[in-house]
Amino acid sequence: MTNKQLLSRIAQILVVLLGISFITFALVMLSPGDPVRQMIAGNEDIIVSQQEIDALRHELGLDKPFIFQYLDWLGRAVQGDFGFSYMVKKPVVEQLMESLPATVILALASTVFMLLVSIPAGIYSAVKHGSVFDYVVRGLTFIGVSVPNFWMGLMLLWIFGLKLRLLPIVGGRVSLETLILPALTLGIVMASKFTRQVRTAVLEELNQDYVVGARARGMSENHILWKEVLPNAMLPLITLLGLSFGNLLGGAAVVEIVFSWPGLGYLAVQSIIYRDFQLVQGIVLWIALMYMVINLIIDASYNHLDPRLRKAGR
Amino acid sequence: MQTLINGLKTNRAFAVTSFFVLLLIAVALAAPLIAPYDPLEATMQNAYLAPNADHWFGTDKLGRDNFSRVLYGAAYSLSSVLLLVTVIFVIGTTLGVVAGYFGGKVDVVIMRVADMMISFPGMILAIAIAGILGGSLINAIIALTVVTWTKYARLARSMVLKVKKRDFVEAAIVNGGTSTHILWKHILPNILPLMVITAASDIGAMMMELAGLSFLGFGSQPPAPEWGLMLNEGRQQLQTAPWLMIFPGLAIFITVVIFNLWGDALRDVLDPRQEE
Repeated sequence: MTNKQLLSRIAQILVVLLGISFITFALVMLSPGDPVRQMIAGNEDIIVSQQEIDALRHELGLDKPFIFQYLDWLGRAVQGDFGFSYMVKKPVVEQLMESLPATVILALASTVFMLLVSIPAGIYSAVKHGSVFDYVVRGLTFIGVSVPNFWMGLMLLWIFGLKLRLLPIVGGRVSLETLILPALTLGIVMASKFTRQVRTAVLEELNQDYVVGARARGMSENHILWKEVLPNAMLPLITLLGLSFGNLLGGAAVVEIVFSWPGLGYLAVQSIIYRDFQLVQGIVLWIALMYMVINLIIDASYNHLDPRLRKAGR
Repeated sequence: MQTLINGLKTNRAFAVTSFFVLLLIAVALAAPLIAPYDPLEATMQNAYLAPNADHWFGTDKLGRDNFSRVLYGAAYSLSSVLLLVTVIFVIGTTLGVVAGYFGGKVDVVIMRVADMMISFPGMILAIAIAGILGGSLINAIIALTVVTWTKYARLARSMVLKVKKRDFVEAAIVNGGTSTHILWKHILPNILPLMVITAASDIGAMMMELAGLSFLGFGSQPPAPEWGLMLNEGRQQLQTAPWLMIFPGLAIFITVVIFNLWGDALRDVLDPRQEE
């Protein structure tokens, strides 16, 4: 990836962030209910005077036309100020940084689990394709991709937490004990997808002419598999890995809720329920940014790893 | 259509899975006839009954019959997911065809927006949209449409670009065919099979996402017997009434399995290039 390409990708990321922030901002304007009233009363049913509401609305600049509010917000955001969350009574950025580690830990743990299962299972089932093992793997992964992850989470919680009493059922904190079930839930669902992708990628490479050639020249199957096929098959998988890791950072919300895992997804759902839109805005942008930066890194390393792209001078 | 009928005769997987899809739809339609109880009728003295001869799947906190609710849920969940997939299919395909066929500025604008939507995780935006607009089935459908249409638009556009170069389309253009005529008679029939396959294989995934939004409280609202929402309600009674969580989840799982298998089989029937 040349510097020019890198710059254009970064510019693209900024444009997307701008677009997303505008969409979420516009949505907030369209949303029913009055965030100012909620800000004062919380979710309790207390009477708030109209003067009080108007005063706060003026103070927050929420009585200005939409576009000015957006520009105000944007002006502060580029300086790193994403506003104040009244739900947690902290600056948005501070809360984001507090919730981030839990999400990263969960994403890493489930990705490690996924790799440990998928890579061996996918490779073996491709090499022995048509065998009993292959059929079992395909059957299990099919089930895995058809189970909603939150139901899988609930079932695991019920079996391991309530029936067998092996693991705690109360979440809300980050520890090894509380990490196991959510990581397992996400890991199983992702491993099902990834195993299929590994299998397909390896099978595709095994059918290439160079494999036939290598066999004809009498190379051992082991040599062909480890030295020729796998390095080639791994390349497209790196992109998929990046995408699924990126998705984990944002898409694990449902599982985080099931296990009360205090990460970004959990925070996102809570902030929406409390209609704390400054926080919602911050989370959505932050997750989008992380996702795009990860993809950029993956693409850059991909260009570096694939000799075909290197030679073409890209 | 003829291909589909031939497929039913020659492809056993397609015949079997189609039967199960029809069975599901039949169950959904017949729910009022087969359900032993009213899914919304609360009988407080029957709250939290474990599965028994009268209530096969037990009862919930309001004493409503879980079996009847799961049955009615089939109608509710199936119709909402079919509506969702249809909306995404129509909007995505239309935009993609328009972008591909007319090109120029329209194309640039549509595809730039599509690029933007595709470059970050959709689920979090779907949650934000559905949540901010306020939890309702319609808002959940809007949210998932906003984050999913791009897939169809890109696919439709790339296929239109390919078909446009084929001789019969060029001939139609040279012969002075109107855009409407060319689109309806030459382009759409050629891209539709693959678009339909894509939509059919997406039903399962969309069902899970829609149920996920309902589970978070950003989709269907009580007292609707929607499976995702039932899981949300059942979750709070995991300890005392696990049947409230087990059966709706099982229903989603079975439905998704059936539609995923059916989607795969349909692909085999409609798309001869694809080989196993």
